[in-house]
Amino acid sequence: MKVLAGLDIEAKIQAEIPESVVESDQESILIDSRAIPGVMRFLKDTPEFDFNYLNNLTAVDYLQYFEVIYNLTSMNNKQTLMVKSHLSGRENLEIPSITHLWQGADVQEREIFDLLGIRFIGHPNLKRIALWEGFEGHPLRQDFL
Amino acid sequence: MPDYDHLILPYSSGDANKDEGLLVEDIIARSQQPIPDPDEWLLGVDHGGVVLTTFDAVLGWARKRSLWPMMFGLACCAFEMMAAAGNRWDISRFGMEIFRPSPRQADMMIIAGTLTWKMAPAVRRLYDQMAEPKWVLAMGACACSGGTFSESYSVVPGINRILPVDVYVPGCPPRPEGLYHGLMELHEKIQKQGYLKDNVHLPRLD
Repeated sequence: MKVLAGLDIEAKIQAEIPESVVESDQESILIDSRAIPGVMRFLKDTPEFDFNYLNNLTAVDYLQYFEVIYNLTSMNNKQTLMVKSHLSGRENLEIPSITHLWQGADVQEREIFDLLGIRFIGHPNLKRIALWEGFEGHPLRQDFL
Repeated sequence: MPDYDHLILPYSSGDANKDEGLLVEDIIARSQQPIPDPDEWLLGVDHGGVVLTTFDAVLGWARKRSLWPMMFGLACCAFEMMAAAGNRWDISRFGMEIFRPSPRQADMMIIAGTLTWKMAPAVRRLYDQMAEPKWVLAMGACACSGGTFSESYSVVPGINRILPVDVYVPGCPPRPEGLYHGLMELHEKIQKQGYLKDNVHLPRLD
């Protein structure tokens, strides 16, 4: 399984969707949050990448910003890629949903919404999954408690 | 480009989630103090002035030798419980091999694992549906006291907040031998409990 470097594919993504790539390094590629659906669709449908499987979708609170992380795998090309996106601020965090591309994102986006309070725009069923309705706050945030 | 919109499945309405949230909030509000352990049995059989010694001895023997546990596991402790039920440790030596999937047919509940507040109403409902007499065994550190998660936002700090517990088995998780020790302690309790002893009655949970 080959790990794609963000540096190598930055130009191809930038050519397809202008002003989408913020930064890239050996391990990952950082995408502007507004461009996520376009870039993801490009990565899924282009035969060269063909990322037909979403391994993991998670998020981290770094206090200055939130980082949403997508781990993609191509079963046919035997390659993986880590895509990241940053959201600044503490309130009204919004990022487009990718549920329409990989249905496995459904539950994981709900988990991130539940525990970190990031809203996924376009998610068909965005509600709490691990905690109950009426729970105050988002426990995986650094400033919880 | 292909269109992926057909992949989206229909979802249920949010009303069920709201009801569940209210139920969870209600059980948290009611469960701020632990329920006292039913431990009067340690003093021996109290017949309330009625002499039923031989009958009690036979009844206790019959009850303790055919305890049917509820088939029910919450976390990793459940695997030790399954091991205890499997052929290596073989729980049928104690007449307990029939783990019942229905609470109506079970005498005893082994709470094996971490209990979260979201799960608490379901566990309490299963307990309420069991026929009396019924006993509860708390298996593992999480069921006894909340364990590592006792100050967590989502974990019940000891199942004695929602159920009266007869026997506590510590360990993380306890080995099947530990569970057997707890079960034999429970056998001793059942033998001493007698016919006229009442179970603990909890307030109704709606």
